[in-house]
Amino acid sequence: MRAAVIVFPGSNCDRDMAVALKAAGADVSMVWHKDASLPENVDLVAVPGGFSFGDYLRCGAIAAKSPICKAVVTHAERGGYVLGVCNGFQVLTETGLLPGALMRNANLKFICKTVDLKVETESSAFTEGYHAGDSVGFPVAHHDGNYTVDPEGLAALVAEDRIAFTYANNPNGSISNIAGVLSANRRVLGMMPHPERAVDTGHGGTDGQALFRGLVGQFAQA
Amino acid sequence: MKARVHVMLKNGVLDPQGEAVRHALGTLGFDGVNGVRQGKVIELDLADGTPEATINEMCEKLLANTVIESYSVEVL
Repeated sequence: MRAAVIVFPGSNCDRDMAVALKAAGADVSMVWHKDASLPENVDLVAVPGGFSFGDYLRCGAIAAKSPICKAVVTHAERGGYVLGVCNGFQVLTETGLLPGALMRNANLKFICKTVDLKVETESSAFTEGYHAGDSVGFPVAHHDGNYTVDPEGLAALVAEDRIAFTYANNPNGSISNIAGVLSANRRVLGMMPHPERAVDTGHGGTDGQALFRGLVGQFAQA
Repeated sequence: MKARVHVMLKNGVLDPQGEAVRHALGTLGFDGVNGVRQGKVIELDLADGTPEATINEMCEKLLANTVIESYSVEVL
């Protein structure tokens, strides 16, 4: 599998993301935000966490308008896979690839801790390595992770089984405890918690490995 | 020409920062503050004759996230 990790000024989880993808067997290249195109034959684009453009205007807003994001949207529209984590999730909602928006945490605090998540669906390349109902521990580190979506949008997410992960104990006020959502074609996943920070025993947990292995394994079979 | 864009969270979207400000005002002894909503003001210095439709497009594409925010444009 060929993966590209996008690097914005202010990204700080890009290398962690690359390490997690490589450990799962992906061939990874880093792509600068000013590039207007992705490397050829890329299967997966990962939009990493961090504070792209200093969170100016709104988290992810400026990054979503960068040259590379046009290519990412085209890639997704062609059926390519995209994973957005933390700031990457914020970027994906700002591009419109995923519904809703991430607002300031309800308690106004920056939250940095490992949280328990429930896997809500195993029917996606990202979550097929888990079982629906599994409990996994991923770190969160965000100030603006309070997911919101209008009632029609929420109804669609529920009806189409597009909620990938929920918080066991909602830390940030997200509607319906949502921690991660899938696109309609199930090939774009955005989530606030960091699976790439849970892939090595040195991280204190390896619950994220199944996400990357499942994703890369999808292409090994093909 | 100059234009001023006001960006506010839409009605019905909970504004935790506004709530915190409201509490702080109460702590200072200002009674009767029933609600606070916090938004942004963006001032644009534009080429003369920029149509208002173009400013609206700037708002739709970047300055406001219309999923959660509404905006109004004031040409000065």
